[in-house]
Amino acid sequence: MIGNVKIKEKALSIFIYVLLAITAVFVLYPIVWIIIGSLNPGDTLFSTEIVPKNLTIKHYIELWQGTDYPLWYANTLKIAFFNMIISTLLVVAAAYAFSRFRFPGRKQGLMAMLILQMFPGFMGMIAIYILLLQMGLLDNHWGLILVYAGGSIPFGAWLVKGYFDGLPKSLEEAAKIDGASHTTIFFKIMMPLSFPILTFIALTNFINPWMDFIFARLVLRSNENKTLAIGLFEMVTGRGNTEFTKFAAGAVLVAVPITILFLFLQKYLIEGLKAGANKG
Amino acid sequence: MQNQNTSAAFNPDNNYAKKGAFLSFLFMGLGQLYHKQFIKGFLYAALELYVLIFYSKPFLAALWGFMTLGEKVQVKSRGRIVEQGDHSIFLMIEGIIALLFLIIFIFIYITNIRDAYKTGKLRENGIPIANFKQSLKHTTEKGFPYLLITPAILFTLFLTVLPLVFGVLIAFTNYSGPYHLPPKSLVDWVGFKSFVDLFKLKTWSSTFYGIATWNLIWAVIATVTTYFVGLFYALMINRKQTRFKRFWRTIFILPWAIPQFIAILIFRNIFNGQFGPLNQMLVDIGLSGIPWLSDPFWAKVSLVIVNIWFGFPYWMALMSGVLTGIDKEIYEAADVDGANGSQKFWRLTLPLVMFSTAPLLIMAFAHNFNNFNLIYLLTQGGPVNVNYSYAGSTDILISWIYKLTLDQNQYNMASVVSILIFFVVASLSVWNFSRTKAFKEEDMMQ
Repeated sequence: MIGNVKIKEKALSIFIYVLLAITAVFVLYPIVWIIIGSLNPGDTLFSTEIVPKNLTIKHYIELWQGTDYPLWYANTLKIAFFNMIISTLLVVAAAYAFSRFRFPGRKQGLMAMLILQMFPGFMGMIAIYILLLQMGLLDNHWGLILVYAGGSIPFGAWLVKGYFDGLPKSLEEAAKIDGASHTTIFFKIMMPLSFPILTFIALTNFINPWMDFIFARLVLRSNENKTLAIGLFEMVTGRGNTEFTKFAAGAVLVAVPITILFLFLQKYLIEGLKAGANKG
Repeated sequence: MQNQNTSAAFNPDNNYAKKGAFLSFLFMGLGQLYHKQFIKGFLYAALELYVLIFYSKPFLAALWGFMTLGEKVQVKSRGRIVEQGDHSIFLMIEGIIALLFLIIFIFIYITNIRDAYKTGKLRENGIPIANFKQSLKHTTEKGFPYLLITPAILFTLFLTVLPLVFGVLIAFTNYSGPYHLPPKSLVDWVGFKSFVDLFKLKTWSSTFYGIATWNLIWAVIATVTTYFVGLFYALMINRKQTRFKRFWRTIFILPWAIPQFIAILIFRNIFNGQFGPLNQMLVDIGLSGIPWLSDPFWAKVSLVIVNIWFGFPYWMALMSGVLTGIDKEIYEAADVDGANGSQKFWRLTLPLVMFSTAPLLIMAFAHNFNNFNLIYLLTQGGPVNVNYSYAGSTDILISWIYKLTLDQNQYNMASVVSILIFFVVASLSVWNFSRTKAFKEEDMMQ
């Protein structure tokens, strides 16, 4: 009887390992395929083989020297960096005010933020387009940064406010008695305590410009201003996939740093998401 | 109210608070001047004078533009523009901006009246009034939260509220190609006509119902599959007997870590019907290739498959956390009661996991309902569907809106559909938020 159970357990374990291994293959296949694709000697999707005869890095060199790719990379990096700084500052300042102060207009402000984040993001596309056109910020990186930063506030402020609400107030009150100013309390006490959520907000705002397609396409027009998302999309959709291997090389160069960043900070990401769900 | 000590300073004839408030209501700063706060009163008065002198005319013009959306049509003769005419959309946006500034001004106006009232109350009670320096200090102390939120408010007002108000208002105009596109022609307010058209006109209603049905099915399938696949793998990895937990978890979390648009574009190539490796493999083992992205049914299957690949790691990571957090004693108690494995799963694990992930499940549903990136980057809504207006077989509402806006200039209809989407997402979120504990605890809800 007991032996039977043991055999059953063993069989189940083997079955689970097999299943996990098969799934790992499915999960890894696209990743391995794109890396090998980028190292394939051919140019097209059709000539790409999963087990090529020889590998080459010529697509990376071509990509770096023959296309606008380095420019797109620099653009994206710039937009991502400034979006991260501006959005995080705006969000954290607003969240701190909403969490720690009681002032007229607070309830209405919180309610408005809650409602605003429910609208589909690009409902305002046309208006944003015209607004940027009027201000001369169309086809300009700062225009795009402003759009991203504006869009990140409602969701981010709620999330960070929720996190701040969970922090004990006793420390601040003690500091206040000692005569610390609002700014000192914020930088010396709140900031260190809220490191996980700050990382989360900064990181999501840094990654967003690498992923966003809709607004980048709306705002940026000329070839030298493009971000990676648009540039790579046009590489695959245009001209019948003759540039597939170049796309593969470009994709790898984007995916590697972002993926590493993500894995490095995944603890905070999951924590941030949970905070958003529980305290939102 | 007044006790004996302050009665000396209290003069029943002087109703300072009400008088001050009334004077400030008549003209900004008058109340402050009446309270002998000269610098403050002068600043307030100067602000109102400045606004009245320089902005009343542009404001009325903007209001006129907003009401009429322009009256002069562009005049052309022999291909040349003779007269520019009114640009309805610019007029509308200028009108909204004017109204936003009006709201800000009214806010300052109310602050001014309140200030005069409060200072008056102080005077009634015989408390000395703050001079300019003191009130400046008071403002920086009390106004700290406002200082913090002002940038965020300005950003939100102009980059989120303004575009959204505009987006909503568009639904009540006839802003659409080919006959109502500024600057060539004017746009007019038409009330609920576009809403009626969407449901009554055959070309619109059949497309709308078709897409809405698929959108709903898609959101349900996408959410349910990723949720349970995630749960399944979380259970397998968290099983006591499974070894190398970290290793498996790291591998399976990769799809979540890779930038989504890159991964979608990779899948677009993998599923390529002609040259893709998937069909090559099928052909190699003697099967015929499947038209993954060019057949309506298979395109939908591809979407679901790709979505599982993306979506399950998120749930797996989250549920791993939930599973490790469950108190072991519950299971021990169940063992004592003689529960078997499947009973423990259905009666304990599943309800516990469901309970703690329910709010996120609903948000995931809302996210999938509007998953523009996946649909647009993988299939671009295709393959073509001849029965639809401006949409393909796999289009969901949000990608349809995108096409209506950017490719077809059907702005009013796009706006109507996005208002409908808003109601779906908003009702889900409100229901969801109102159920979470934190929201009930938040003092704003009481």
